[in-house]
Parts: sequence; C-alpha cells; structure tokens
Amino acid sequence: MKRSATLWTGCVLAGLIALIALISLFWLPYDPSDTSGGRLAGPGDGHLIGTDKLGRDLLTQLMTGSRIAIAAGLGSVLIAAVVGITLGLVAAFAQGWFDDTVSALLDILIAFPTLLLAMLIVSARSATLTSAIIAIGLAQSAIVARLTRILAKRVLAQDYITASRTSGTSWPRIVGEHVLPNVWPTLSVNLALQFGLAVLAEASLSYLGLGAPPPNASWGRMLQEAQATFTTAPAGALAPGILLVLLVIGVNLVADGLRDTFDPARRRRTAA
Amino acid sequence: MSLLDVRDLTIRTGDGRDLVSGLSFSVGRGERLGLIGESGSGKSLTTLAVLGLLPDGMTATGSVELDGTQIVGASEKRLVDVRGRAAAIVFQEPLTALDPLMRVGRQLAEPLRRRRGLKGDALRKAVAEALEQVRLPEPGRIARAFPHEISGGQRQRVALAMALACDPGLLIADEPTTALDVTVQSEMLVLLDTLVGERGMAVLFVSHDLAVVSRVTDRVLVMKDGRAVEDGTVRDLVRAPRQAYTKALVDSARKLESALDLGEPR
Amino acid sequence: MTGYLLRRLAFLVVSLVLASIVLFVLLRMLPGDPANALTSVGASPEQIAAARHAIGSDKPLPEQFTHWIRQLATGDLGTSFVSSLPVGPEVVQRLSVTVPLTLSAFVLAVLIAVPAGFVAAYKRRTWYGALLSGVSQLGIAVPVFWLGMILIVVFSLNAGWLPSGGFPQDGWSDPAQAIRSLVLPVVTIALVMSASLIRYVRSATLDVLDSDFLRTSRALGSSFGQAMWRHGLRNASVPVISILGIELASTLLGAVVVESVFALPGLGSLLATGIAQHDYPVIQGVLFVSTLAVLLIGFAADLVQRIIDPRLRDRLSGGAR
Repeated sequence: MKRSATLWTGCVLAGLIALIALISLFWLPYDPSDTSGGRLAGPGDGHLIGTDKLGRDLLTQLMTGSRIAIAAGLGSVLIAAVVGITLGLVAAFAQGWFDDTVSALLDILIAFPTLLLAMLIVSARSATLTSAIIAIGLAQSAIVARLTRILAKRVLAQDYITASRTSGTSWPRIVGEHVLPNVWPTLSVNLALQFGLAVLAEASLSYLGLGAPPPNASWGRMLQEAQATFTTAPAGALAPGILLVLLVIGVNLVADGLRDTFDPARRRRTAA
Repeated sequence: MSLLDVRDLTIRTGDGRDLVSGLSFSVGRGERLGLIGESGSGKSLTTLAVLGLLPDGMTATGSVELDGTQIVGASEKRLVDVRGRAAAIVFQEPLTALDPLMRVGRQLAEPLRRRRGLKGDALRKAVAEALEQVRLPEPGRIARAFPHEISGGQRQRVALAMALACDPGLLIADEPTTALDVTVQSEMLVLLDTLVGERGMAVLFVSHDLAVVSRVTDRVLVMKDGRAVEDGTVRDLVRAPRQAYTKALVDSARKLESALDLGEPR
Repeated sequence: MTGYLLRRLAFLVVSLVLASIVLFVLLRMLPGDPANALTSVGASPEQIAAARHAIGSDKPLPEQFTHWIRQLATGDLGTSFVSSLPVGPEVVQRLSVTVPLTLSAFVLAVLIAVPAGFVAAYKRRTWYGALLSGVSQLGIAVPVFWLGMILIVVFSLNAGWLPSGGFPQDGWSDPAQAIRSLVLPVVTIALVMSASLIRYVRSATLDVLDSDFLRTSRALGSSFGQAMWRHGLRNASVPVISILGIELASTLLGAVVVESVFALPGLGSLLATGIAQHDYPVIQGVLFVSTLAVLLIGFAADLVQRIIDPRLRDRLSGGAR
C-alpha cells in the first residue's frame, strides 16, 4: 500500500468514529436510558440497528460508546506520554545503579500485560471510566518510558551531545533542542499504537465489568451484555465489535503512515 | 570474445526513473577496467546488474553477456550457475557484507566447498590457506573469530578471500577500500593488485577516486548520472580530460595527492 | 558463559525480591479493606476487628511482610482470606488449565506466524503477500473476547462441534474432554497472537532480505534458498525471539479475558476473583508466580539470543538489558 494511502485510510476510519462521537454530543436518536423500544428488536421500525435486551436503542448506545472509546484512547495516551516521557528522560540522564534499577523494573513491568495492571488499579479505586483511563495510562507509561529511555540514550551517546554537555549546556536545553526533536518521530508512532491498545484495553476492562458502569454504554460492556443473545439478536453482538475494529485499525494505519513519513529508508524498502 | 560484454544497459526503478541509461563497455579475459564516478552515478548498480542481483523493483534492459551467458532476463537457476564461477564481487562495507552470526572460517568455507567440493580436514586446510593468501596473520584465530571481533581491514581481506575462493574469471571490486583507513587502503590495493595478477583474473574496479583506481587499472570509464561520459587510459584522462566532469575528478585527485605528499614526510 | 549465567541468575533473584517488595507495598497502599469481604454489610466494628485479626491484616505492615517472605521461603504462598484454603495448591490447580492453554496457543501462533510472516515479506508484491499483511493488520485490531464470542457462535452454537465454555470438573482425568474444551480458547489466543507476530516476523525477514550478507552469499554463488537457510534464518530469529518471550509471558498473564469468555478456571480468573474480593494472599500468590514465570521466560529468551548472537556475548553488561 502506498504511504499516503495508508495514512489517508487510517485518518478516514479514525475520523469517522471521531465524527460519530462529536455528533453524539449534540444529537442522539433516542435518550440513552429510554427503554421504550421492544426488547431485542431487530433493525428497522424506528430503530436503525435494533434494540438491546432492555429495549434501549442500539444506535444511540453505539454513538455514546464512541465517546467512551475515544476518551479512553486520548486520556490514556496523554497520561502515558506525560508520565512515560518524563520517567524515560530521567532514566536516560541517570547513570549507574539508578539507571540499572529503573530499567530492570521497567523490563519486569512491561512483561505484565497492560490489562492486568489496569485490573489491579481499577480494583483499588472504583470501576469508573476515569479509573480505567488512569489505570491504562499508568500501565502504558512503562512501555513509553522504556522506549523513551532507549531512544534518548542513543541520542545522548552522539558525539555532538557529549561535546555540548561537557561545555556546560544545561540539561533542559539539551532535552529541548536535541533529545525531544530526535526521539519524537519514533515516540509519536508508538503513542499512536498505544491509542489503539488503550481502546482495546478499555473494551476488555468493560467486558470484565471493570470499566464504565451502567448506564454508560462502553462497547466492551455492550458486547458482554449481548453475548448471551448472540444467535437470536446478532446486531448487538456485532456492531460494537465492528466499530472497535474500525477505530483501532484506523489509528494503527495512521501510526504506520506516520512511521513511513518519518523513516524514508524503511518506506523505500517496503513500498518501493 | 570478451569475458564481460555490456551493451546498451539501462536500469529502471519501479516508478520509471532511469538510474543507468545506454551504458556499453566490455572487459576481456585478464583485462582490467575502472568504473569511476561520484556516488549516485550508477556504477554500483551496474556491478549488481552484471551479477543479476539488482534490488527488488529495479529492472535491467539491454544486454549483459557474462562468460557467454545472457544475464538480462536470465532465470534464477542460470544466474546461480554463473555467479561466483564467472564473476565474484567484493563489496564496499566489509562489516555488513559478512554474516555477523557466523564464524569467519565457516563463511569462507562456503565458496570453497561449493567450487572445489572440499570437505572435512581438506576444507579446513583450504580455509587456512585462503586466509594466508590475503596476508592475514594467525589464520587459525581469524577463522574462529566472528566478523565483529576483527578489524575493518581484516574483514575486507576475508571478503576478498571469499571472492577469490570462487576462482572467478572476473573479480568485481565495488569501492573495496572506501570504508578503510588510508594506510590500510594502500595495503589492500597492493594485495588486490598482486593476487589478481598472479591468477590472471580480469578486474572491474569501481571507485569515486581516480587516484585509487589508477593503482589497479589503466583503462577507465567515467560515469555521470547513469551515462558513460568518457573513457580511455588514466594517463590520457589526466593529461587531456575532454569533459569538464572528468577534469573535476582529476583535479580533486591531484589535490588529494598533493595534500598527502605534504602531510607525509618522506 | 558461566560468569554470565551466574550474573543473570543473581539478577533474577534480585528482581524477584525487588518485585515482591513492590508488589507487597503497592497492594497495601490500595484502598479497600479485605475484612469487608469477609463480613456482611452492616457488620459491627467488633465483627470487622475480629475479621481483621483472624486474617492478620491488623498487624503492622513490616510484620505482615516478613511473615509473607518467611512463608514464601518455605514454598508456602499463604492462605486465602476468603476461602481459608491454602493459595499454593489452588495456583497449581489453575496452572493445569492456564499452562496448557497458553503453551499450545503459543506453539500454534508460531506455526502460523513464521511462515505467514515470511511470505508476507518475501512475496509482498503479490496479492497474497499483501493480503497476509492486511489480515494481520485486521487481527491486531480485533478484541480477543469478541473473536472468542464469534468462534463460539460459529463452531459451538451453530456447528455444535465443540463446547462453548467450561472445563471438566475433575480436570484432566478425562483428557479428551479437557482438550475439547481448550480447542476454541487456544485458537482464539493463537489467532490474535499470530496477528502481531506476523508483523514482527515480516519486518525481521525484510531486514534480512535487504541485508548485505545475504547479497554477498548470493553474489558468490549460493542460491536464494541456500543463502536464506545458512544466513537468513538465524539473523531473522534474533529479534523475533525477544518478541516471542514477551508474547509468551503476556499471554500467560493475559489469559484472564479469554478465560472469562470461555468460563475456564485458570490463573487469570483466580486473579480476577482475588482482585474483586480484595483477597491479598491470592493476589500476591498469583502475581508472585506470574513474576517468576515472566523472569524465567525472559531469562530463557536472553539465553537463546546469546547462544545465537555472538555480539551479545561480548557485551560487558550483565545482560539486564
């Protein structure tokens, strides 16, 4: 696939979901808690996609669900970026045992799935969307910190930086002028990937009942609720999954497109 | 009949740009030819086209006849048969040209086994001999070393030994000294000149540096933007360059020579 | 190599101790009283205090910690606050479901991803090469529980070939029955895992296809197949092995979602229950065993990489990174 095509397809898919979320802020077909529809009605008859087991409109739920998915992605990535980059930079500048300890801890933390760490954190607080976002964001910041540390170390090892450090340039200036601009391309690609993973993690948490509580319609919760009636009312068990896949594929394609833009050598090789 | 006969060679990228166009030259048995030009002039691609190893997505048209085999459009099976036997190559960067995970001796044994059918002790002896021929000290230690454990100059000698082990009619050397230190460069050129001379091999020597090329060959083809702009003996080119581009190459070679002369007390 | 092994083992032990301290402290920092789980709503303060005393959560933290470490040293993972049963046997019982589940899923995923990733790289200009890349792109976007739901509908509810969930009450005493109930969960995990593995294999293969040493070997007369066999395979495997280690570890720990979809009594569901009930000994026990597994898998992956790649052997650092 051409580079621009990858980026564009990704933007269109992710943008589509973002648009739905935006519209849901101003207009919804039904009130989210309106249970006036027939239970598990099929598509049509005033309900475009049908209704769930309580008689709520599925389209309305899908639309509010898109808000939760995007909030989960954005919020988690923001936390992961702030905490992870800071920690990674500190570790990169640190030397000796501190650096060793941090990197060893990060190595262990990374082996634990985001979801597992998030489960622990959520259980300590309460099962709300905010808890889920904080939990996923913190869990992901280990990944971001490790990557930042490796990338920043590589930059700091360059001769010109060593020269600039020995000549007494302050470290905030080194970070601002040399480190961040150099690590940002790779980091931003990774953050885009983390967005997709955060969306999936939130859906999983909700599926396990540890996400946003009812009546919030997280796609993961919708899938969990529709699981028992998959064969009789497939719409409710398919639609949220399809939207999840579209959103995640969208941001992953954006990440791939970004990587190709930042790394022309790789692009030449894989797309020539 | 020439050993290598290139006629009207054009190399095109996937998106339709010509990196080499209408190139023709030939190298007879035991003859030596230098291909000279700046980076991007298409000289390295030309050597890859001679071996039928163009990067994915690039296509060659025209004619490349190597030891009587038409390379352009040949099946992979025929190419495998020709490579190594008719022509072998030494690449520019000896660190990446060798497999980082395999001991030097085993890598060198590969062509020896294939070309001479050696096995066991005989093969081990041939590896040691091949390393000695390229003047490597302690061949036993070098054979057991991994590429990252020996110096750049030693690696390039190993690469040369591997190419010579194929016993090719034509040795292609693609900037074989560019990645090396100046002092090591000189030794490498003398070595290459001697070994090729002993075996009566033909040489296609690629470089951006006229001074380097002149140490190995007399006849030179100057390339610019994928085309041949001038050819002749090094003497003639230096005395009377017909093209402005050639003149620039000559001047830069002269400058380097004089700088070296000044820098090195004799 | 011996020096490295010793250093690496020392690192393993230190990490384990470090991890258990962090684990212990973090868990006690979490709000929520385990005694609440033991007592009914509206219990009197005396009842709660009695419950605390019974499980030892009224003792000072350092005392609780040394108690736990002392237990660990004797191979005792403690006793559940809630069920009053020892945690160790429970964990072993759960592992008899989770280990076969993840290991077979892992093997299946590798069997799918290695050839598929190679073809996706080598044949990337053909329609099926591009299709493979596209399918793996799709695969990493699919939520694992949704894939499980779909597989249940197709192969269990509609076709009726396999059970939709659960695990025989008496475990592996009827192996055929146990295997049947693991087929769908294994396939679910393997499909999702192979989707991301394909991308790594593909990228490692592309690096090798692009490498100078492969070109050298071919330029000197090896066929593509010979060059790939002698040089390509080993070089491509180095980056893939470290990913395999991470994937295996995270699947072992992350099986909780799939265990939930298929109602399997595995380690993940034990942890989920423990978390829901603030049952610290259970949480600690599961996470301790998991950490041990993570460290051992990382150790194994490091070791294999060092055997393959001599450049890693010469590095001075202890191999922590």
